[in-house]
Amino acid sequence: MIKYALRRLLSTIPVLWIAVTACFFVLRLAPGGPFDGERPLPPVILKNLAIHYNLDKPLIQQYLIYVGDLLRGDLGPSFASEDFTVAQQIMIGLPYTFTIGTAAFVLAIIIGVAVGCLGALYQNKTPDYILGALILVGVVLPNFLIAPILQLIFGIHLAWFPVGGWGDGSIKYLILPIVVLALPHAGRISRITRGSMIEVMNQNFIRTAKAKGIGPRLTVMRHALKPALMPVVSYLGPAASYLLTGSLVVESIFGLPGIGRYFVNAALNRDYGMVLGTVIFYMVLIVFLNLLVDIAYAWLDPKVRNR
Amino acid sequence: MNQFTKKFLASAMLGTLLAFSAHAATLNIHNGGDPQSLDPQKLSGDWENRIAGDIFEGLVTEDAKDNPVPGQAESWTISPDGKVYTFKLRDGIKWSDGQPVTAGDFVFAFQRLVDPKNAADYAYLQFTIKNAEKINKGEITDLNQLGVKAIDEKTLEITLENPTPYFLNALMHYTAYPLPKHVVEAKGQDWVKIGNIVTNGPYKPVEWVPGSHVTTVKNDQWYGAKDLKIDGAKFFVLEDQEAALKRYRAGEFDILTDFPTDQYEWMKKNLPGQAHVAPFSGLYYYVINSTKPPFADKRVRQALSMAINREVIGPQILGTGELPAYSWVPPGTANYGEPAYVSWKDLPYKDKVEEAKKLLKEAGFGPDHPLTAELKYNTNDNHKRIAVAIASMWKPLGVNVELVNAETKVHYDQLQRGEVQIGRAGWLADYNDPDNFLNLLVTGVQMNYGRWSNPEYDKLIKDGNAETDLKKRAEIFKKAEQLALDDSAALPIYYYVSKNVVSPKIEGFVDNIQDIHRTRWLSMKE
Repeated sequence: MIKYALRRLLSTIPVLWIAVTACFFVLRLAPGGPFDGERPLPPVILKNLAIHYNLDKPLIQQYLIYVGDLLRGDLGPSFASEDFTVAQQIMIGLPYTFTIGTAAFVLAIIIGVAVGCLGALYQNKTPDYILGALILVGVVLPNFLIAPILQLIFGIHLAWFPVGGWGDGSIKYLILPIVVLALPHAGRISRITRGSMIEVMNQNFIRTAKAKGIGPRLTVMRHALKPALMPVVSYLGPAASYLLTGSLVVESIFGLPGIGRYFVNAALNRDYGMVLGTVIFYMVLIVFLNLLVDIAYAWLDPKVRNR
Repeated sequence: MNQFTKKFLASAMLGTLLAFSAHAATLNIHNGGDPQSLDPQKLSGDWENRIAGDIFEGLVTEDAKDNPVPGQAESWTISPDGKVYTFKLRDGIKWSDGQPVTAGDFVFAFQRLVDPKNAADYAYLQFTIKNAEKINKGEITDLNQLGVKAIDEKTLEITLENPTPYFLNALMHYTAYPLPKHVVEAKGQDWVKIGNIVTNGPYKPVEWVPGSHVTTVKNDQWYGAKDLKIDGAKFFVLEDQEAALKRYRAGEFDILTDFPTDQYEWMKKNLPGQAHVAPFSGLYYYVINSTKPPFADKRVRQALSMAINREVIGPQILGTGELPAYSWVPPGTANYGEPAYVSWKDLPYKDKVEEAKKLLKEAGFGPDHPLTAELKYNTNDNHKRIAVAIASMWKPLGVNVELVNAETKVHYDQLQRGEVQIGRAGWLADYNDPDNFLNLLVTGVQMNYGRWSNPEYDKLIKDGNAETDLKKRAEIFKKAEQLALDDSAALPIYYYVSKNVVSPKIEGFVDNIQDIHRTRWLSMKE
């Protein structure tokens, strides 16, 4: 398994290199530069800035400098935040994004699997319809709509939770963003679980279990849940990437200092170093998460394990 | 002392500290974007100025109304030719680490600002100082040639290239703040990191979480620390104005530095007296490319300008009542008096449209021979609404407008390249003086996006800036402004307003034309 994981990781290096190279040149070709803005800078200042950031050099030389720094583990400077390097900013934002993302991920799985199982058990009965409708709301309503509604109800009118900010990181600050981030994924997981569970429940080994007189709850927990979770696991890879790399909307609405906002802001600011830094970070993370999903798959399915 | 007693005493002390901190007056400000740096020579935005102006102080500082008042300098004299300023520093001024602030710290800061190696974005704001521009351009390499000298530890002499009546205003800008030479030299680029940074303003930064907030606390070494009513501030990063307003309503913010304009009516009813909308030293305008036909024709430019119904834009399109602009310099600008206005300012709108039609017809355009134009603006709901409205105002003249939007970087790149027929632009004053606006129309200036050029105008601006008598200078500038307006050099649309929301528990917040509200002038009711 370790060999497999290492091979997988090594095989991503050329992909990463191609992505970084493409991103580097596309960014430089995009119109507008990092120092364009409502207040144009005098040529002398622009020249000084270009020298300071090596932007005065030919493009290929800039690229070689960047790759050279990258190989030494240096993601370079950020144009928009001069007091922190790109790596420092990512490291500062990471704990916030990971805390919210991990909690939302766990919550989404718990709610999604539980609701999906209940839906399957009460298939086409009232609880199934009610849960189905609620889940549909969670999936269909975008988080930029749900977030302000929850802020208004639970933050302003009921004053149960702060409307935004990280505060001291206590749970009361985190509940609303976690819920908003988790809801759509919980909805999708529940739909996948429900469908998969119904399919599994109709299989022969479940009929056998039932025939032996095992109750429905025990049948689900002991026999049906594990195989029913296989499709859910395939969904967890992309879901985890999304949640753990942060949500721009949720971090923006709740004023959270995570890295989700970096990418878009950096692209708009033509903050070349920051864009490339976040691209590299996301890619490495996605590779790692996909690897974890594959390992989980192997654990769940002996056929995969023995392959 | 047994373990229990120790724990009890520790808990009691912690409790007392927490109780104390609970009563400490901390100001929570919604500050918009993330600061680029805490180094005053690396800043460019008003959200950064709010922090920098609280933690640093220049020779001259601003009062609650944004008038220049003595800061680190207790007094100054100006030579008869208006070129040499001599500042006497206050006694006992210190950095937050207790080291004295000396004239040498100012010399060091100004030299660092103009040193091309440091690539300070805003160095050009101090180009009025002798040799500043030449040093920044690399034409002079000896930094000691800069016109800033320490006569002794307490006396600083600044020599200017030319007399500059707004120089004291420019000294309020963060580019003129001193730097702690002893820390910058010891720590290099890291001098500005929390833990290293020392400041000379009323407050000092103690925490910075990028993307979240900057926290400041009272600087006990500042000469007026005992009079400060606010113990510190938290400047929150949050660009979503809707979310910021919700957090204000929940009591999480005491001041919002901007708000969604469509909420203004709601706020007037539900948060009476809390939304402050006040004149702001800024102009929203359209540039018009006067180098290429058909806009090279003055009649076309004037017709387009006359047909803009400015009276409806502030109240109806924006909803916050921005005043219509018929001058190039906003009223209330220092060293100026009443600005010059377009001659047709007071005509009824109907007559303006008729006159515009006539002018266009003379220029060869009309419903039978429509004028087509491309109007570019940067992506923003308000810019879009205004562009749509103005395009519809031009429609009756037989002008067909194609609206083109682009993100800010692309838009300004196009403006600078002159790749625009008509384009949206805006200007917020860096310092309170008419020159800051009039300079935008001088030939060859980068911000002269419409490439309008008039040698007489250029000469008047040059003459005005060489004039030391403020009254005569204002007259010269007004002639220049009238010239530009008569020629429809660009199309002024409205004067900006500042938009703050201030909690009723905050006292001392005074609306002013530069929208500067330092924490040291504020207090908080229990």
